[in-house]
Amino acid sequence: MLKIENLSVSYGARRVLQSVSLDLHAGEVLALIGPNGAGKSTLVRAASGVIPVQAGRVGVNGDDLLALSAMRRARYLAVVPQATSLPPAFTAWETVLLGRTPYLNFLGQVSTKDEEIARQALQKVDAFDLAERRVGELSGGEQQRVLLARALAQSTPILLLDEPTVHLDLQHQVALMEIVRSLAHNDNLAVLIALHDLNLAARYADRVALLVAGEIKAAGTPRQVLTPEIISKAYHLPVQVIPHPYADVPLVLPDSR
Amino acid sequence: MKIRPLIYCLFFLLLTVILSIVIGAVFIPLADVWRVFTGQPPQSVSAAATIILTLRLPRTALVLLTGAALGGSGAAYQGLFRNPLADPYLIGVASGAGLGAVLAMNIQWPYSFWGLMAVPAAAFIGALLTVFLVYALARIGKTVPTTNLILAGVAFSSFATAVTSFLMLQSTGELRRAISWLLGGSSQAGWGPVLTILPYLAIGLGILLLSGHALNLLQFGDDQAQQLGLPITRTRTLILLAASLATAAAVSFSGIIGFIGLIVPHVMRLWFGADYRRLIPLSLIGGAAALLLSDVLARVIIAPQELPVGIVTALFGAPFFLWVLRRAKNQGYW
Repeated sequence: MLKIENLSVSYGARRVLQSVSLDLHAGEVLALIGPNGAGKSTLVRAASGVIPVQAGRVGVNGDDLLALSAMRRARYLAVVPQATSLPPAFTAWETVLLGRTPYLNFLGQVSTKDEEIARQALQKVDAFDLAERRVGELSGGEQQRVLLARALAQSTPILLLDEPTVHLDLQHQVALMEIVRSLAHNDNLAVLIALHDLNLAARYADRVALLVAGEIKAAGTPRQVLTPEIISKAYHLPVQVIPHPYADVPLVLPDSR
Repeated sequence: MKIRPLIYCLFFLLLTVILSIVIGAVFIPLADVWRVFTGQPPQSVSAAATIILTLRLPRTALVLLTGAALGGSGAAYQGLFRNPLADPYLIGVASGAGLGAVLAMNIQWPYSFWGLMAVPAAAFIGALLTVFLVYALARIGKTVPTTNLILAGVAFSSFATAVTSFLMLQSTGELRRAISWLLGGSSQAGWGPVLTILPYLAIGLGILLLSGHALNLLQFGDDQAQQLGLPITRTRTLILLAASLATAAAVSFSGIIGFIGLIVPHVMRLWFGADYRRLIPLSLIGGAAALLLSDVLARVIIAPQELPVGIVTALFGAPFFLWVLRRAKNQGYW
């Protein structure tokens, strides 16, 4: 579905992404993991066309996303950013309706069909009762769900999420990941999610890609990537990997002495 | 779109328009105004007719347009830069216009129509040149980072202000006129000024009125606006030029009038919400009404003399704004 090929990005003289290639398929959750500063956010920004790339392409159905206009790109690919510094005065409903922008004219006039799609998006993330609330009054978890609904309102086949669980407590992390997994498995979206928490990645991702210092060091099932050797080396920290008590996934424990 | 705020603002505007026609050196009763407008002026109101048609109406129209330009472009600048301190003069439009005006005053123009037009024309050119220069200085490749734009604007502003002060100290004659212009209030009679700035305002404010949706998207930051499908550099350039065009046209005849472009959008946002599709037209109407009211006050405070309207907007605008701000209990309206 989404084919990232040899993507390289530099900030000034510093190379932040080094020839990154990733395949993302419809119906799967691919978790992007890696230490701080590895380039996870940069990869999301580059693939969504908001920063210039030095080399590489981002292909969808034979089109190069980076060569498309912002509007046409936004019909293929939606991004869920971290819920920081949102303009507080907009209501959740207004925010979600902005997701319809790629299909609207410059004036942004919405039709009843657009409103119906926005309504469904809010219901899908279980946030319809937040519609009339102002974004600034919502909790972090609620804001994150509204942003997810806005991305769904874009009606794209591809969804990128940039560490959406970072400011959420355990309950809201799990709730969000359940929704994300259901979007891939039940609605056949192709989902790439940058994650900090390795065990969240192990539990909810179909595949995991490990990004270290701008390069993909490993990619595969959680069991293939989350091994003591690979993770210890990537994070410069000895770790233990044990089986999950009942799910068929690994659990990563830092080996602190 | 909720229609009620619009009706409130239009009603207030109508009220200030009537005040502006009625009040001045000579008070004209409403009945006489009515007679003048309904066509058949009897002998008794011919003086009133002259005052209204050649003085009050053109002035009212000029002040209305200027206020609309300041309010509308103020809202656009605040949205564009996502900065509550942004105002129509932020990126150096005012100091560029000031420099242009003082340069023109330094050349002793003959006292003719073109001589009178030279100052506003120079102010307009100075303002527009500043916008393009600052924009070019702030540009990096194909993008124009907001911070660069503001920094370039502030730096160029200081430079232009210094040159302006230098020229004013050097000049011998027209200093008083220059100071009065800089304070906002070069009131010229007749329809000339109105007709001169009308095309620029129509284009500038017309574009701003259509930009509400784009400004809403820009509130979420450049990344998100782009990811939602907005071509941000092109859109921002268009809105910036439209707002600057409107500001430059306003500045050229009315001088530098502070606070309207800063305060009116804030008050509208506090009262009626942050949706720019609503905020732009409301700020436009509110700016026109606020400046008309200030202009009326400027005529009566030390009558028969007139104050520069810029003094009135600061004198009353600032305390009024603080009062509104104190009353607004809901945090984070911005």
